[in-house]
Amino acid sequence: MDLATLLPFVVNVIAGGLVLGFVYAIIALGYTMVYGVLQLINFAHSEVFVTGAVVGFEVFRVLAPNPMNGYLKLLIALVAAMIVSGLLNVLIERLAYRPLRNAPKLVPLITAIGVSLILQDVLRIIEGFQGRFDLTYTLPAGFSGRFCAEGSSCAGLGNVLRTVGIDLQLKDVILIVVALLSLAVLNYLVNRTRLGKAIRAVAQDRVTAGLMGIDANRMISATFLIGGALGGISGVLFGIKFGTVNAYSGFDPGIIAFTAAVLGGIGSIPGAVLGGLVLGVIQNLIGVTNIFGQLLGIANLEAIDASYQRIGAFIVLVLILIFKPTGLLGKSNVEKV
Amino acid sequence: MKKTALSLSVLAALALGGASAQTTIKLATLSPLSGGQSDLGTQIRNGAQLAVNEYRPQFQRLGLNLQLIAYDDQADPATGTSQARKIASDRSILAVVGTLNSGVAIPSSAALQPSRVALVSPANTANQVTDRGLSNMNRIVARDDAQGPAGANFITGTLKAGKVYILNDKTAYGEGLAREVEKALKAKNVQVVGNEGTEEKSDFSSIVAKIRLQRPDAIYFGGIYNQVGVFIKQLREAGVTTPVVGGDGLDSSELATIAGAGANNIYFTTVAAPIEALPAARTFAANYQKTFNDTAQGFGAFGYDAAKVALQGILAAARANGNKAPTRQQVETAIRRGNFTGLLSGNVSFNSVGDRRAATLYVMNVEGGKYKLATSVPVRPTKQ
Repeated sequence: MDLATLLPFVVNVIAGGLVLGFVYAIIALGYTMVYGVLQLINFAHSEVFVTGAVVGFEVFRVLAPNPMNGYLKLLIALVAAMIVSGLLNVLIERLAYRPLRNAPKLVPLITAIGVSLILQDVLRIIEGFQGRFDLTYTLPAGFSGRFCAEGSSCAGLGNVLRTVGIDLQLKDVILIVVALLSLAVLNYLVNRTRLGKAIRAVAQDRVTAGLMGIDANRMISATFLIGGALGGISGVLFGIKFGTVNAYSGFDPGIIAFTAAVLGGIGSIPGAVLGGLVLGVIQNLIGVTNIFGQLLGIANLEAIDASYQRIGAFIVLVLILIFKPTGLLGKSNVEKV
Repeated sequence: MKKTALSLSVLAALALGGASAQTTIKLATLSPLSGGQSDLGTQIRNGAQLAVNEYRPQFQRLGLNLQLIAYDDQADPATGTSQARKIASDRSILAVVGTLNSGVAIPSSAALQPSRVALVSPANTANQVTDRGLSNMNRIVARDDAQGPAGANFITGTLKAGKVYILNDKTAYGEGLAREVEKALKAKNVQVVGNEGTEEKSDFSSIVAKIRLQRPDAIYFGGIYNQVGVFIKQLREAGVTTPVVGGDGLDSSELATIAGAGANNIYFTTVAAPIEALPAARTFAANYQKTFNDTAQGFGAFGYDAAKVALQGILAAARANGNKAPTRQQVETAIRRGNFTGLLSGNVSFNSVGDRRAATLYVMNVEGGKYKLATSVPVRPTKQ
């Protein structure tokens, strides 16, 4: 195989990794927001995100016969998922974490795992009653088609991508745009508004912020609302990207997104995004390592097949934690666990 | 007064029973009649019931009163084994049709072996079911190790593929199947461009990228429908229309649901034939519908066949025993050594360990979300 076929292949694998990375990044933001404020790892976030995916599925399913614009359907799905997941996350915090806020750190962690298991079965029961288990997204026509298909005339971005040899589906592009928009809004919310300032104050020192007249409980609720809404968005993106979701789908991407948050430096918003993107690309590259082994005739590389793509991500995490324990963009804070 | 009438009628009934002087013998079924797999288990019981109805007159002529008794194993090995012990203690039961699950068949047949109760299985495919060489365990379906080569034959024979990409789900089932397929393909000089495992349930982008680069003529995936369905969906969305072949792990209507618009050009091998694939099954299907007010499926037909094998075995043993009720051991020998005809799925005879000498695997095709029979492949166990 020559360079002319191999180069676009590598470029496409990296591009695919970035698309995947954006899904992880938005999930990772949910972990990092809550951790930043409460130093709590919200293990129920993977189910909050699956709830978003389920809401998205229901919206697309109900709207499928409706001839309305596909992008409008997407917007409705996103908003509905944000509301449901956001409120769910607030509810979880109110019922499962707030009563335990002064307990040892291990206690809310265990509760979080418990909440996660409960939510899995609740979701399964709700969908099971309607005779469904694996939920398959019915996307608006065209979403699954190629972005700037061969033969069609493309302008702007499509043309650039085609010249470089990147072959994406329309839904991949939609996914990246939604992810970037959510990031921009989040960034504005946290860094430029009074609410963001108050959240940051609570994150820095809950007691002192309270003395300055900030209602810490309200700010924590707001953080969970924002984190949950991000979970809802990422759920819909996950459903669009992979096409199917069930009540137990959250575990794997949840663990990877959590890894991404730690890799980037947990508590750091740009860190979560960077971590997600890095893990997405690394996963995809490790997934194709055996092809290079085959082409170059290196038996050791040939043995590294797709079953290693997860392990590779975790090896990177371990290496980072050994050499830079705070993560890629994290600030050192001795007190954090 | 009432009491007298009652005792009189009891006496009369006893007298009548004595007059016909019949010995009651029983055929048992052991299959899940409750729980998630009860749909399939009930098919087996109903199929066996039809066979018993059909054979009752023949037994009557020998002075034997034939009955069917159904046991529920709930698809659970422990329940199945305790039911097997109950069966062993009922001396009038001469043979068992069952089970649905290999995991239940293995301990249950071991529990029945000391009392020499023969089993004829309509469904179990695990190699271990007969590899233990029990004298009482027989099956009328193909083994798991026939499935890999059958899939490979289909890939080379029907699909005419010269280049194949093999995937597996990293389980004992998927890896074993993929290994058998690879072995068979290499023996036919087919180029295997990859054999890799993945436990991934949602993201197949790197595998799809490799497949697009390699351009295989066919893809074999040793796995279960819920994983393979997602893979196929993403494969088709990436614009790859290559046929995907798999084993009976794909035999579920959920496969087409998950793959959605991509549920095209999919093939899988399975042991339970669709009724329409069995030429003799039309009368059976009509009869089943009339008796049970339900549609007959593959396992119903195989339950019927397995029961016929058992009943013909009992009849042969009875004749050899001077037209008297035979012993369990005589029945066990008659089933293992016999030659059984008039079945929906063709004639049956068993090898020394209880595998059907010539069984059939069916290749199903999924096209536009619809399942239909593509072809059937005759298979033989390695040990004759």
